[in-house]
Amino acid sequence: MPKIDEYAPAAGASAIEELKIIASRLQGKSILNVNSTAVGGGVAEILNRMLPMMTELGIRPRWELIKGGEDFYAVTKKFHNAIHGTRQELTPADFQLYRDTLKMNMDTMDLGADLALIHDPQPAGLIDRKPAGAKWVWRCHIDMSNRQDDVWNFLKGYVSRYDAAVISAPAFSQELPVKQFQVPPSIDPLADKNKELSEEEVSAIMRRLEIPLDKPLITQVSRFDRLKDPLGVIAAFKLIQPYVTARLLLVGGSADDDPEGAEVLAEARAAAEGNPDILVLCLAPTSNVEINAIQRASAIILQKSLKEGFGLTVSEALWKGKPVIAGAVGGIPLQITHKYSGILTRTIEGTAYWMKRLLHEPAYAKRLGENGREHVRENFLLTRHLRDYLLIALYLESGRRDFIHL
Amino acid sequence: MSATAKELFRFRNRLTLAEVTGRKAFNINELLEGIKQADDEVIYYHTHRFIKQFHHLVPEGANDFAYWVTNTVQADRLGEELTAIDIVRYNSLADIRAAFTATIERNLAANPGPARTVAPGREFHFMRAVRFSLPTSCAASDYASFLECLREVNSSSLYLHVFEARLRPPYGVDDFSHWFRQEFGDEEVGREISRLDPYSYTLEGLRKRIIRIIEKRLGETSNA
Repeated sequence: MPKIDEYAPAAGASAIEELKIIASRLQGKSILNVNSTAVGGGVAEILNRMLPMMTELGIRPRWELIKGGEDFYAVTKKFHNAIHGTRQELTPADFQLYRDTLKMNMDTMDLGADLALIHDPQPAGLIDRKPAGAKWVWRCHIDMSNRQDDVWNFLKGYVSRYDAAVISAPAFSQELPVKQFQVPPSIDPLADKNKELSEEEVSAIMRRLEIPLDKPLITQVSRFDRLKDPLGVIAAFKLIQPYVTARLLLVGGSADDDPEGAEVLAEARAAAEGNPDILVLCLAPTSNVEINAIQRASAIILQKSLKEGFGLTVSEALWKGKPVIAGAVGGIPLQITHKYSGILTRTIEGTAYWMKRLLHEPAYAKRLGENGREHVRENFLLTRHLRDYLLIALYLESGRRDFIHL
Repeated sequence: MSATAKELFRFRNRLTLAEVTGRKAFNINELLEGIKQADDEVIYYHTHRFIKQFHHLVPEGANDFAYWVTNTVQADRLGEELTAIDIVRYNSLADIRAAFTATIERNLAANPGPARTVAPGREFHFMRAVRFSLPTSCAASDYASFLECLREVNSSSLYLHVFEARLRPPYGVDDFSHWFRQEFGDEEVGREISRLDPYSYTLEGLRKRIIRIIEKRLGETSNA
């Protein structure tokens, strides 16, 4: 894992200095994180990188995993989908299974810590065993704006007893009797997906993937999912083909284990059939450096989502200094200020218009990319994410004052 | 300019945590009501934080209210009026709130009729700021070390000393001008810095401008 000072070139030396000053007020404090998985998924990815940084800063982080059988995970998967807005049928037995599994976890898990960050619905019920004097924060990574009432009301009974809740975007907030803070997710500038690559490295990867660079590349990186609108992307590109010289690249996972994904992939391939300037590429889930190189080799990056959680792939693209055209949904408008740090669109025609415009006005496109990178540097890097968690810890430790002088 | 200050200028940083109040506005009437009910930390968040978060962009849309009214409600005239509210003219957040309230009320009185309501997902979210003031390792005792610090500190620090300083005693004065006047009796540098309009520059642009003012002053005195 990179040392904290290695983040200075990306985040700025002063951001590192700030982290050290804040952490100096939390020396020796223990911070417990509880979630449901150690690998895979955004939360585990962030914790794997963030916890070593906490240790280096003199804080004592711990990480516990909630345990349960397949039936428990089936129920919490339903919770997740219901909170995210997909209608689920839950029975009284499902809720009881949740309570029983949480009770079993409370009996075996070490919950002792000065501060606990409890991530998402799965471990929310642990609040029943909150140690006296500890501060507990419920950290929800899910977009709750279309949540299902019965599941939310059940969870709200737990969440209302935390010291604070943390959400990724204001639109995700719910009525709660506790303070809610906005802490957006972040990207790690030193991870394979985002680290700096030389032109030679980028060229070599593009040669290996057999992606020609003789025309400007317009790229969308996302899984083959209808909500990412790959067919809309192809339709938009076809609208501009008579007027521009460019190539479209859709990159996603293989979708072998996802029947709907396989269907969408087949539809995308069919739509691209016979058009030599539309490439559809499947990469293994571990192809992080390859995705990084593709983004760096692109002239424009698209994220034409129809629905999105936070849509952190936008920040990944902006971090490469690329002009990004993205759907104005979920957390994307927090990452892009229209016409300043990227382009927000709502239609196929609008996406086509802006693709053409940015190809024809490279100086403006470059400026968008530069602004976007600076916006990510200030707001969406891992160091800012860690800083916000530490500020919450300080806020709770210092008696919840609105103004704290260090 | 070889004089040394009795009181060091200690650069500090301002950090904020964003608290979600849960209050939303779907039209201008609701925005007005929200602003009227807002406490100082809400007004601070939507006026001062905005500058910092978007400091690298061209200095347009100087506060969240103006940005939402212009870009989401698309009430161009009111948006323009809200953009033009010069928050550095006011000595308190209560005065800033009153300025926004008066501007919206005037606009509503002149344009009676049904308010345009935005679609769900495009509403305005009222937020509050929890503010933290942090020390930095930069401290200046003279013009040269001030310049050195100014080049080094981050935009949060610049923002705190140029914008937010005006809301605390001595009211309406930025920290830099105050220090040059107090410590060196330098009215010229004090005047030049204090008359900079922070809204005409990005924070980085502002940094460069202040550096030029002090460099010029140093050049004048070394040539004298």
